[in-house]
Amino acid sequence: MRSTRTIDISTGLFVLLGFAAILFMVTQITNREFSLTSDSYRLKALFENIGGLKPGAPVSMAGVTVGRIEDISYDMNLLKAVVTLRIDGRYNAIPNDSDASIFTAGLLGGQYVALTPGGSEEAFKNGDQVEFVQDAVVLENLISKYLFDSAAKKSGAAAAPAPAPAAQE
Amino acid sequence: MTILRELLQSFLTFLERVGLLARFALQLLVITPAGLLRVRPIIEQVYNTGALSLVIIMTCGLFVGMVLGLQGYDLLTRFGSEEYLGTATAISLLRELGPVVTALLFAGRAGTALAAELGLMRATDQIAAMEIMAVDPMRRVVLPRFLGGVIAMPLLVAIFVVVALFGAQLVGVEFFGVDSGSFWSQMRSSVELSDVREGLLKGVVFGIACSLIAVYEGYTALPTAEGVGRATTRTVVISAVVTLILDYILTALML
Repeated sequence: MRSTRTIDISTGLFVLLGFAAILFMVTQITNREFSLTSDSYRLKALFENIGGLKPGAPVSMAGVTVGRIEDISYDMNLLKAVVTLRIDGRYNAIPNDSDASIFTAGLLGGQYVALTPGGSEEAFKNGDQVEFVQDAVVLENLISKYLFDSAAKKSGAAAAPAPAPAAQE
Repeated sequence: MTILRELLQSFLTFLERVGLLARFALQLLVITPAGLLRVRPIIEQVYNTGALSLVIIMTCGLFVGMVLGLQGYDLLTRFGSEEYLGTATAISLLRELGPVVTALLFAGRAGTALAAELGLMRATDQIAAMEIMAVDPMRRVVLPRFLGGVIAMPLLVAIFVVVALFGAQLVGVEFFGVDSGSFWSQMRSSVELSDVREGLLKGVVFGIACSLIAVYEGYTALPTAEGVGRATTRTVVISAVVTLILDYILTALML
């Protein structure tokens, strides 16, 4: 048996190392740079299509994360998706005619909501609704639209004198 | 017929062992609050199971991390996304490899030591002597060893994960030239606090399971040389199997 002092010192070293490792894991390798303070407020936005947006996704302005998506639900009366944005209390002067758009971060990245400031003098308050929204771009729709357009153009060129088929939408 | 009877017999033996283990666990649970007050023997056992396992945990962590760096880099370059190396290694380490490999090493290094020590105490009548002196061996010998293991295990998991991450960083960034900024920042942006929580929770559960099995096997070992040897072997085998089964259950619960 070694002396108690050696045991104590090595045990202390071990425990310290363990807690340092936990601290390292919590602060250095997790996503902690943004945590909502208690004075955050909520905004609602109605979208026709939210694509792959998920609760917890960031809300950003000019690329800076200002909040998170708190909740996503579907309104049976309006037939639209209701997205609740939770904005950090520090950002309390966002013009209330700002618009919200759903974008995709990078090619493989998740989707997020970008707020683009408008010109109004008044700021969003808790519970406000974002009036101007832009839906998520669904890749399949884009591709089918492109294919459809090019097919329509070709058939239009072939039957030159005939009036082109009515443009879609 | 004899085969059937033997099967039934071994099944009954298995059930009996599970029942005995459960009773043993309950006994430990009842005396735990009082045992926590006696700090001195617990510190000694944290030293035995934790501090003495540091070298093997860190060495294995380094190499597990390095091999993750190698394999991850090779796989991710096929998709041209080697900047995700940090994310891939961090998540696989935190959620699975960290707790599981640490538990297996813990069973091999600390669990066997506990089982052999207790088994030898049983074989050399030290436990019987304590009972004669009206010293409860469960409180005096078994409980501090169990608690020491439970305390040491999550800390070992944390150390393993951090060392392994540096191993992966060594291979990915230093050898293969993945950008160190994207290695750490991609990791930071996609690893959630819940991943860390999952890893540490698994560490605690595996710590309880492995320590319990080790002290139980040692304490109930047959008091012969062969019995002690068998208890040590059983400790490693049962700990490994239980760890892997528990790992599946915990993962399914937490996903």
